[in-house]
Amino acid sequence: MEYKISNRLRMGAIIMVVLGLLGVVYGFMDANSVTEDNISEVIAAEHHGHGDEHATEGHGDEHAEEAHGEEYGESASHVDDSHGDEAHGGMTKHEEHALHQIHNRPYSALYVAAFFFFMIALGVLAFYAIQYAAQAGWSPVLFRVMEGITSYVLPGGLLVLAIAFVADSHLFVWLKEGVTEVGHENYDKLVAGKSGWLNKTGFFIRGLIFLGGWSLYRYFSRKFSLAQDTADDNRNFKKNFRISAAFLVFYIYTESMMSWDWIMSVDPHWFSTLFGWYVFASMFVSGITVIAMITIYLKSKNLLEFVNDSHIHDLAKFMFAISIFWTYLWFSQFMLIWYADIPEEVTYFVTRIEDYKLPFFGMLAMNFIFPLLLLMNSDYKRINWFVIMTGIVILCGHYIDVFNMIMPATVGPRWSIGIPEIGSILLFGGLFLFIVFTALGKAPLLAKRNPFMKESEHFHY
Amino acid sequence: MEASKVIHAIYTDDDVLMSAVKKVKAEKHHIEEIYTPFPVHGLDKAMGLAPTRIAITAFMYGCVGLTVAIVMMNFIMIEDWPQDIGGKPSFSYLENMPAFVPIMFELTVFFAAHLMVITFYLRSRMWPFKKAENPDPRTTDDHFLMEIAVHDNESELTSLLQDTGAVEINLVDKEDAH
Repeated sequence: MEYKISNRLRMGAIIMVVLGLLGVVYGFMDANSVTEDNISEVIAAEHHGHGDEHATEGHGDEHAEEAHGEEYGESASHVDDSHGDEAHGGMTKHEEHALHQIHNRPYSALYVAAFFFFMIALGVLAFYAIQYAAQAGWSPVLFRVMEGITSYVLPGGLLVLAIAFVADSHLFVWLKEGVTEVGHENYDKLVAGKSGWLNKTGFFIRGLIFLGGWSLYRYFSRKFSLAQDTADDNRNFKKNFRISAAFLVFYIYTESMMSWDWIMSVDPHWFSTLFGWYVFASMFVSGITVIAMITIYLKSKNLLEFVNDSHIHDLAKFMFAISIFWTYLWFSQFMLIWYADIPEEVTYFVTRIEDYKLPFFGMLAMNFIFPLLLLMNSDYKRINWFVIMTGIVILCGHYIDVFNMIMPATVGPRWSIGIPEIGSILLFGGLFLFIVFTALGKAPLLAKRNPFMKESEHFHY
Repeated sequence: MEASKVIHAIYTDDDVLMSAVKKVKAEKHHIEEIYTPFPVHGLDKAMGLAPTRIAITAFMYGCVGLTVAIVMMNFIMIEDWPQDIGGKPSFSYLENMPAFVPIMFELTVFFAAHLMVITFYLRSRMWPFKKAENPDPRTTDDHFLMEIAVHDNESELTSLLQDTGAVEINLVDKEDAH
């Protein structure tokens, strides 16, 4: 039952990281090749392409609406872009704006991928804590898989923070110089009003507190879980129960605040009160999906013979249920804002529907309709390859979900899923696989002295 | 079937009943029916009953509910008396769809749930003013009753059932109600 990361997997992960790095470096070089000098040509080339598209679409209504949307976008969400023309030689306001978006793209691509893999690990950590706090009887055979995945929480979280630190105002407009200074050309009254919370020092202090708390829980729960293997009483299990309950309280507050800081603040004028829950649903379903996928992978190597069909069935039920929960939250956020149609709120969805039509609605299909139809039938939840295929769709869908949360604010209509994005996915995906599977090899795959182990091994649905 | 004579074996414990069912099935006897005061987990499998198809009906009823909601809201809010929804007077069902999603959801659930219950009652042959089929009132309290058809093998069955721990074995003439 001992697992050691295979050479093939390790090599694969390293190759992914190297390829990813190349992609990321290319992304930065490509973005920086556009400068003040040639920006007008780049935009001219873009416009040429756009013109063609419009000619083929050519609906009167659509044009009217687009104009409407742009108005919102420019006046409400990008007030901070009112630079004086004289500041930058020959560039027009539009050109400077476009140049910023082009330069923001590789940073955003890195950030989206880094956050996506980090949120998988964090979602699993919450799921793990819930199993302990609820004293669940079905899941202890999966604990070591979950502990392997949560080993990515600390490195992944530090990477997200590091990227945020380096990217600075490329990601967070509220970090621009002079945003809070009255009279400065970048002055933004709304952001200035929020500067008590939204400032660089506070952002990183909070980030480190969140990450510190989560990593402490992960460190001690892993320690007690391993100690329980060789113990002759249940003291370690009880300690784990207590710290898990405490962690969940800490987590639900800090996760919410983290989602305001790390994600919602890229659109500093816009806010949504259930945003924290929405991000939570996304990380929860991605995390559970990864638990199911890694469990099936290890089972296919005959390493988890004590995991039976019913465990896979239950994980798939969670994938199904939390996908619907995610949709419920997504829709709750969308419908109220769409219905009320208040300009400063609805601009968020106007930009997404205008510029991100395919990822925005495609994500709904991938995160809701796919799991709904594929995992509805009880028997399908036990077919391993079926769970894997649905899992891949769900993970892609939630990557796009994060993409849709960050990109519209940073690169606007100049998005694409090209080399910078795929390179970043490979980079952090490779790192994730490497860290998780190395951690899986560090302890026996069965937490054998867990008091619920017998129940879990005989779990039958 | 005209099995006019049946044996009623009575048990007082669900675990004993479960092992008795397995033994009787192993001897290839046909169990007509079992009456229990509460649902016994796994009993349907032990008796060899076909898996339930209620989930399939639930899906179909849900689809009916969804369709009814769409047709109804389209008629009420778009066709018959066009409404300006949220200051967006487009008079198109698709563009106003988000406003109707709660109704679509609720009617899906409503149809699935109610029709499923009605289906279950009809399939179990239960309707208002129906006379209870329950042969022994004690099965509504703390006794379990297994009904087995007799085909000139009364003594064999009786001894088998005695072995399984039945507390009472009665040979009954069954009047065919249906």
